[in-house]
Amino acid sequence: MKTLTAAEISIGMELPELVVDATPTFIISTAIATRDFEDVHHDRDAAVARGTKDIFLNILTDNGLVQRYVTDWAGPEALVRSINIRLGVPCYANDTLTFSGRVAEETVVGRESRFVIEVRARDSLGDHITGTVQIAVPQGDGQ
Amino acid sequence: MTDIRETAKRIAAQGSSTPVAARDPVNQAMINNWVEAIGDNNPVYTDPDFAAASIHGGVVAPPAMAQVWTMRGLHGKRNADDPLGAMLAALDKEGFTSVVGTNTEQTYHRYLRPGERVTASTKLRDINGPKETALGPGWFVTTVTTWSVGEEPVAEMVFRVLKFRPKSSARIIDAPEYAASVLRPVISRDTAFFWEGTKKGELRIQRWGDELRHPPGAVAPNGDLEATPDYIVARGTGTVYSFVVHHHPKVPGKKTPFVVALVELDEGVRVLGELINVAPEDVKIGGSVRAVFLRIDDDVTLPAWEVA
Repeated sequence: MKTLTAAEISIGMELPELVVDATPTFIISTAIATRDFEDVHHDRDAAVARGTKDIFLNILTDNGLVQRYVTDWAGPEALVRSINIRLGVPCYANDTLTFSGRVAEETVVGRESRFVIEVRARDSLGDHITGTVQIAVPQGDGQ
Repeated sequence: MTDIRETAKRIAAQGSSTPVAARDPVNQAMINNWVEAIGDNNPVYTDPDFAAASIHGGVVAPPAMAQVWTMRGLHGKRNADDPLGAMLAALDKEGFTSVVGTNTEQTYHRYLRPGERVTASTKLRDINGPKETALGPGWFVTTVTTWSVGEEPVAEMVFRVLKFRPKSSARIIDAPEYAASVLRPVISRDTAFFWEGTKKGELRIQRWGDELRHPPGAVAPNGDLEATPDYIVARGTGTVYSFVVHHHPKVPGKKTPFVVALVELDEGVRVLGELINVAPEDVKIGGSVRAVFLRIDDDVTLPAWEVA
């Protein structure tokens, strides 16, 4: 399990696609694992009564998925420094999320050089998440 | 609207809320549940040997779990000084009853380790509105939460929600056949807001301070001559408080018999209107109804009711 070095990353690189099946079990187990007990994330009848068509994914899980997507690619020792996400359409039970990403810029914060990864997760309704993740990785060129 | 801005100013001026401690210290059990549910196989969170040899020198918690540690849980309640709760409650009172998160910006200063106990403190950064959005008119509320271990901030989150008034789902029915014969309401300075509302499918109820009044009047119920009213937009749902079935005499433009209902709104005031699309024998006191709007012409839209 290797972590990418700065020398191995270049602007414009595309991350491999990740597909996540948003089954009811996935939506409920992630809601509970994030300690989010809002009924719209685990109780279909309650969600429908509130005017949505089914239970849907919660925001804390979106943050987790985006983190996972980027470190799955960059490697276990890539340090996640920030996650900014904008929420679009909901992700209802039984939909599928497809993650795509691209290295957008290299930036220096303090003494740390970081890469900004643009991430997008689409479902059948459109963009569920758009956002950016900043990571710091080892230099890897002898520095 | 000035009230909303004033309330926001007051809440923002209170600064950061009293730090709320996580129920549990950062711990392996919650990390294991989380990585399993999310599907994150990064061994720095779960494998002590791998983590020890890694850049972290030991197991760390996933940074995206920052907020998880201080979630309120199944029966949790917001603290009294929680600025987001206070701002949402103020907007609820103004009829912006629905909420949706729009974005989060999380910054992680460092990774947390098992055994550390975080606290969370939140302040209101700003509000922005009213804005017309695809969901309806609303206000964007932005808060900043800081997670700390002791005095050390470890993570921050800018969180923005849209607190909105759902677009009226009330039906507006074109009824030009009544244009020639309908008894046209007298629209005065005191009632113009009501008739402007019906044109948009909104049932607007006059409000004096906290007190609702319908039909709208020119003076506060308590006789305060200095008071000025505003209005709320009613949800448009209620129950039949009383009704009459009109058989005779004939009313221009109407087929008899028809039903006129006095409807008690969920908000507590009563509004008169025709109850349409129902046989008189099927009307029951206490039955649920919802507002519909009969568009007579460009100037007049009448509120009416149908069985919910």
